[in-house]
Amino acid sequence: MMLVIVLALGLVALTGAVVVLTRDPAQQAVTLSVFGLTLTILFVTVQAPDVALSQLAIGTAVVPLMIMLTIRKVGGRR
Amino acid sequence: MSVLPYLVAGWLFLLGCYGMVTSRNLVHTVACLTVTQSATYVLLLTVGFRAGASAPVFGDVPVGTRVVDPVVQALTLTDIVVSATVTAVLLALTIQIHKRHGTVNPDELRALRN
Amino acid sequence: MSRRARVVLFALVAPVFSVLFVLAARGLPSFGSDFHPYGDRAVTVATVQRASANVVSSVNFDQRAVDTLGEEFILFGSVIGTVVLLRPSPEEREIGHPEEGRVLPTTRLAGYLLLPVSVLVGCYVIAHGQLSPGGGFQGGVVLATGWHLLYVAGRYAALRRAVPQTVLEVIESLAVAAFVALGVAGLGLGGGFLANMLPTGSLGALLSGGTVPVINAAIGVAVAAAVVLLLAAFLEQTIILRRADHQDPP
Repeated sequence: MMLVIVLALGLVALTGAVVVLTRDPAQQAVTLSVFGLTLTILFVTVQAPDVALSQLAIGTAVVPLMIMLTIRKVGGRR
Repeated sequence: MSVLPYLVAGWLFLLGCYGMVTSRNLVHTVACLTVTQSATYVLLLTVGFRAGASAPVFGDVPVGTRVVDPVVQALTLTDIVVSATVTAVLLALTIQIHKRHGTVNPDELRALRN
Repeated sequence: MSRRARVVLFALVAPVFSVLFVLAARGLPSFGSDFHPYGDRAVTVATVQRASANVVSSVNFDQRAVDTLGEEFILFGSVIGTVVLLRPSPEEREIGHPEEGRVLPTTRLAGYLLLPVSVLVGCYVIAHGQLSPGGGFQGGVVLATGWHLLYVAGRYAALRRAVPQTVLEVIESLAVAAFVALGVAGLGLGGGFLANMLPTGSLGALLSGGTVPVINAAIGVAVAAAVVLLLAAFLEQTIILRRADHQDPP
């Protein structure tokens, strides 16, 4: 059980670094979505299903969608 | 092991701050802010964890089983919704900045003010 | 602050923060410890006194309902802010025929089939907030994303015509007002603001927990309307509006 939590924490730390180091915002929307997914997995392993559901809906669907729409409007990498 | 999750939260926080400081695009800054905010979720939930306990929902387990702390989960739920709304307002601001100044590079925006 | 100054400041502060944070983390109870006094009391109140099986929902909508009211107003205010910030400026006009990409028939069919499933799942998650993981917020967001399947499967103009923006704004305002009215009703019936005054059923029944299911429903509707409004503001800017002299980005 602890091993799963440690693995999930490692995934979150790794994906967080990938999100920050992705400079192109259009690609970052996708990596942010994956980051939300790893966070959801972590929340499930620490026995928090309510929070996992909320994070899945908001952090994996709504926020990357808003970022992609903003990029479409603003014109991407400058 | 007993402090590893808290260190991961601190790592995420510093990572997000680093991304915001060295960003060249305001949309990238907003995404790094999301990473910073997720550090608080990790910290709250791991503080509330109890080894060997189950989720705080008693639909199918008898009342009295050991469960993890539900109060920090309620706090984190609120946190997630608030961070989504803050992201929305910041992205709307970014669109407006682009309309008025034609750029979303924070360094170029600073030059415009002088 | 110039970029160089920012980076230098960060390079100075980050190590100090790291050291202080590690020291503070070592002072916290170790991961997985058994010492959660507030949590134990919350569980006892929720399951024994208020008959609400999902303790997180009970904490959110019953024991700490004032915080949820504040959060609801944060959501409300941010929707107002976003809609105002993204309102069409004078030099933008609607393009006559918003270009629609060709939608594959299979995508259209999948969207139309998934829409009632998503709406049903959203309503289920809202209604069972006091029994299983879920509740107003999660179900509301599921409802809103299900609604946007219409956009993926069809035309955005049809989506806009189906439910105009003013209707959504009225729905959201009414739902938030219903939450406040429930709180005032608690005052009127002799308890405190947002006191749980409806009869609590038995643990595990659908109508248990007193005011929790009612507040769940109000929050679910308010959050769904709010998220649809937020996304509609962004979609309007991206899909519908064009500046009079704007060239499309390649």
